[in-house]
Amino acid sequence: MKPAPFRYADPRSLDEALDVLSAEAGAKVLAGGQSLLPLLAMRLAAPSTLVDLNRVPGLDAVEATGDGVRVGALVRHAHLLRDTAAARVQPLLARATANVAHPAIRNRGTTVGSIAHADPSGEMTSVLALTDGSVTVATPGGRETVGWRDLFVGPLETSLSGPSVVVDAFFPALAERSGTAFAEISRRKGDYAVCGAGVVVTLDGDRRVAAVRASYISVGLVPEVHDLTEAVAGKPVDGADWAAAGALARTLVDPDGDIHASADYRRLLVGVLTERTLAEAAAEALERTAA
Amino acid sequence: MTTKLFGEPVRRREDARLITGKGRYLDDIGANALAAAFVRSPHAHARITGIDAEAALDVEGLVAIYTYEDLTGPMAEPLPVLIPHPQLHAPRTGYPLANGVVHHVGEPVVMVVATDRYVAEDAAERIVVTYEELPVVVGVDAAREARAAVHDDVPDNVAARHHQETGDVEAALAAAPHTLSFTQYIERSACMPLEGKGVHARWDADDASLRVYSSTQASTSVRAAIAAKLELSLDRVEVIAPDVGGGFGVKIVHPWPEELLVPMAAIRLGREVKWAEDRREHFIGSAHERQQRQEITVGYDDDGRVTALDVHVWHDNGAYTPYGIIVPIVTATQLVGPYALPVYRVVVESVYTNTVIVTPYRGAGRPQGCYAMERTMDRIADALGLDRAEVRRRNLITPDQFPYDHRLTFQDGRPVIYDSGDYPGLLDKLVALVGWDEAEALRADARARGKLLGVGMALYVEGTGPGPYEGGHVQVLGSGKVLVSTGLTSQGQGHETVFAQIVASELGVPIDDVEVHTGDTRRFAYAVGTFASRAAVMSGNAVALAARGVREKAIRIAAEVLEANPEDLEIDEGLVQVKGTPGASIPLRTVAVLSNPLRYAFDEAAKQATQFARAGSDDKPPVAPGDAPGLEHRDYYSPIRSTFASGAHAAVVEIDPQTWEIDVVRYAVVHDCGNVVNPMIVEGQVHGGVAQGVGGALYERMAYDGDGQLQNASFMDFLMPYASEVPDIVIDHQETPSPLNPLGIKGAGEAGVIPGTAAIASAIEDATGRRITSMPISPTELYDLMRDETAERTAASERTGAPA
Ligand SMILES: Cc1cc2nc3c(=O)[nH]c(=O)nc-3n(C[C@H](O)[C@H](O)[C@H](O)COP(=O)(O)OP(=O)(O)OC[C@H]3O[C@@H](n4cnc5c(N)ncnc54)[C@H](O)[C@@H]3O)c2cc1C
Repeated sequence: MKPAPFRYADPRSLDEALDVLSAEAGAKVLAGGQSLLPLLAMRLAAPSTLVDLNRVPGLDAVEATGDGVRVGALVRHAHLLRDTAAARVQPLLARATANVAHPAIRNRGTTVGSIAHADPSGEMTSVLALTDGSVTVATPGGRETVGWRDLFVGPLETSLSGPSVVVDAFFPALAERSGTAFAEISRRKGDYAVCGAGVVVTLDGDRRVAAVRASYISVGLVPEVHDLTEAVAGKPVDGADWAAAGALARTLVDPDGDIHASADYRRLLVGVLTERTLAEAAAEALERTAA
Repeated sequence: MTTKLFGEPVRRREDARLITGKGRYLDDIGANALAAAFVRSPHAHARITGIDAEAALDVEGLVAIYTYEDLTGPMAEPLPVLIPHPQLHAPRTGYPLANGVVHHVGEPVVMVVATDRYVAEDAAERIVVTYEELPVVVGVDAAREARAAVHDDVPDNVAARHHQETGDVEAALAAAPHTLSFTQYIERSACMPLEGKGVHARWDADDASLRVYSSTQASTSVRAAIAAKLELSLDRVEVIAPDVGGGFGVKIVHPWPEELLVPMAAIRLGREVKWAEDRREHFIGSAHERQQRQEITVGYDDDGRVTALDVHVWHDNGAYTPYGIIVPIVTATQLVGPYALPVYRVVVESVYTNTVIVTPYRGAGRPQGCYAMERTMDRIADALGLDRAEVRRRNLITPDQFPYDHRLTFQDGRPVIYDSGDYPGLLDKLVALVGWDEAEALRADARARGKLLGVGMALYVEGTGPGPYEGGHVQVLGSGKVLVSTGLTSQGQGHETVFAQIVASELGVPIDDVEVHTGDTRRFAYAVGTFASRAAVMSGNAVALAARGVREKAIRIAAEVLEANPEDLEIDEGLVQVKGTPGASIPLRTVAVLSNPLRYAFDEAAKQATQFARAGSDDKPPVAPGDAPGLEHRDYYSPIRSTFASGAHAAVVEIDPQTWEIDVVRYAVVHDCGNVVNPMIVEGQVHGGVAQGVGGALYERMAYDGDGQLQNASFMDFLMPYASEVPDIVIDHQETPSPLNPLGIKGAGEAGVIPGTAAIASAIEDATGRRITSMPISPTELYDLMRDETAERTAASERTGAPA
């Protein structure tokens, strides 16, 4: 469990980082190393050079505005978890990061790295999808914004190719009259979820359910957003049949089984977690509507 | 006496060193050593058709490559069957490097030595081994069915058929008022010490001697194995166990192939060579335990008293049997637990599978035995509609029945005779501690919160401290320092503290003056090792005897110089004094100086001693016949048979009926290991054991697929419980001293893990009303069980209102 030989680059600017990445097809970005280094140790990845972003200035800020939260490439999960301004604008961020691994890993691992890693078992890929977020990608040719649908191609696979660095991820603000909730079930505390669910409930002016969206973790090959509105549309919050939404969700997902959970069990959890999180999110939506 | 330390919760003296990173583990040794890496079999069963190392040869830093072809003499022979047994009729062992056929994924095929481990792995990656795959056998059932054979010449896959019986079971079952039969399974887990195995070897060509460090539980035996296999004289080999980061059984096995190959390479290359096992290697190249299929028939009367028990176990021993049939024998003999069984028959068929070998893991067959017996008690209670605690109580051996002879033969070849115990006492304490009789109220409370609650219990008796012997050496230096040495090794349990407590108490010296060394063949050449909960019993008693010898000599010498009667002397706080006569005293350190007639005045101690020294008599030699210079003593403790510790655990579980998550919300332990040397250390051992018990019941398993590939060979997917998964544990002690040894102690190391699976299975069954017949169990499996229309329900499920 020792990595194959690789070179190490320690760029001091984004341009310098992109230069190294352009010069070598086998070069790979290193952020917190919490996913990449285990892959190296098991020789499942053998990059020619690791391009360490950690000394590139200007990538470590969380900017919360009325539009949403922009998270720099070097922002650690632990930082985002503690950022109260970000949590006000988009409460899913803190709720989800609290479920990412253990404190030691959250102190090093980056939220953007997690998204670039495109693990369907990761919380933040799913949150990017659920909030309809995007990433900013820097290439030698300039910067572009890539929406989540275009970003996630497969498990551990993004559409990014050639020399590119994700400089930030943008999570749009929670809409008015909306509430969110996040819950997951893992075998042990802090483990990757056996199944997780993030939901957003939006009410109309009459405090009736207008829209319900959900995204699941460790369910399917890429993050997806499911519209569950039809199960509860137009219902008052306290009269909504969240179980019906859970039942609908179960029909929409297509989970796989593995050594920790059968596909059927994951489907069961999708239903249970949907029902539980929707009730919670609706209560929050109601609160935010009243306020 | 101010120095009475026996029984006190003395803080562990090793902790400051180990916790602040000052431990010296295997990989801390030999920073400049060459490193070894292994090419291991990727197949569970295959014939090697070729090994092509060509591409590795130009890796810069490569030093040597060894295959089976390079092994000579005894190294080219199969590894030893460490513990042969007449009922192990078809023992098979591997070779240090595979010879023709591999029998499990992970078996070492090629050894690479290079300037460091990175380079060694680079070279290993380029070595191409070609294989012809052979049929694979995974799991006890497949082994039993024997559609394929693991070893060609063992077509039924049965390595051993172990059989014991105490009477005519058939007749007793026929006469029983009731009988019931069932089959159940238990899965594999493993020791998983945080530090894997590791070996460092240095050949001193000038001295023609070999020094080996090994992360082992048995340094003296590793030494003997290396000397034999490498054809060295024993006196040319020394083996030291440095700080060892956990063992739990896997490091008692020896010699591991690497323990022979690393020294071999060091000698051949004339360079230091080191190998530190990585986690993946540990998963696929060490040892596992616990998989069994158990077929049980029990006869019992209207009151729930067992009249006959018939057990047939299929035990998965993996690909080889280097450690004999210790685990099957332990299951067979410890299964009976604290119960008086009029007639008992057990057959264990130990079968080969194409998986990692099975050798003792903490508990060593006892968790399986306990699972068989305790689940039998649960079944009887359920069938008769009786309380599970009550059925157990009716079957317990009573305190007046000791010594209790089960008429069985234990793993050490000695009779299973329980020396002492109070099992009804344990049960009463447990019932009070866990609130057994309030279970219905707990259940109602949980139901109100939308949870299913269940309680379960399990009792066990554990044979601890088997022989043949262990030794201790105690020496008082002129500085007053007391050196204690025993050959048995330590893996972090607290041996340094416990042995220091015993010696300080026996000798009458401050504990801070006592220095303890373990597992170093340079200091103590005769030892057996750390396993079977034997360290405190065996080495504890040995160092106590050695300390008593030192004390006797010190008093004899002091009596002469103080011109006092030896009976009037006592030793306290390092001072030998005449009882009740203040001032008439001599420091023990001065006695140590006086004990050696050769006294150059190198230091203050020697100068001070001259005031006591008297001119020797001209007609006697300076060292009297039969005496020896120095204040030291060596002694051995060799028990007549094992001493039997006991305990009772209860678990309260809560289950979420929507997600089927299982939470152990309360865990109670009543523990009896005779006289307790250090209650804090015993409780720590219990805590660790319970954690492993919870792991074995709810989280851990070896997920082999049908091809013999281990799918969860990492800490990502092999789920050892974190602190967050281990329940709070409440402990009550009971002390029934052992009459067999001078200190009256019984072993405590393994106990905590034994009843976990049985107690938790019982609690889950109680909560769900579904028969639990396979452990461990995870939420996804419980979900399958709950929606299986054909799943068996317990009779009690009506009463407890279990889910429909
Ligand atoms: C024991 C353990 C448990 C974990 N549990 C969880 C969990 O429960 N949930 C969870 O979501 N994660 C979990 N993780 C992963 C953790 O969240 C990682 O932090 C995260 O997946 C990757 O972030 P990183 O900064 O460490 O990225 P790295 O490991 O440095 O990189 C990961 C990948 O992303 C690429 N990359 C990183 N940053 C960029 C960038 N700015 N631009 C382009 N490419 C980039 C790298 O090239 C690499 O391919 C766990 C990790 C461990 C070790």
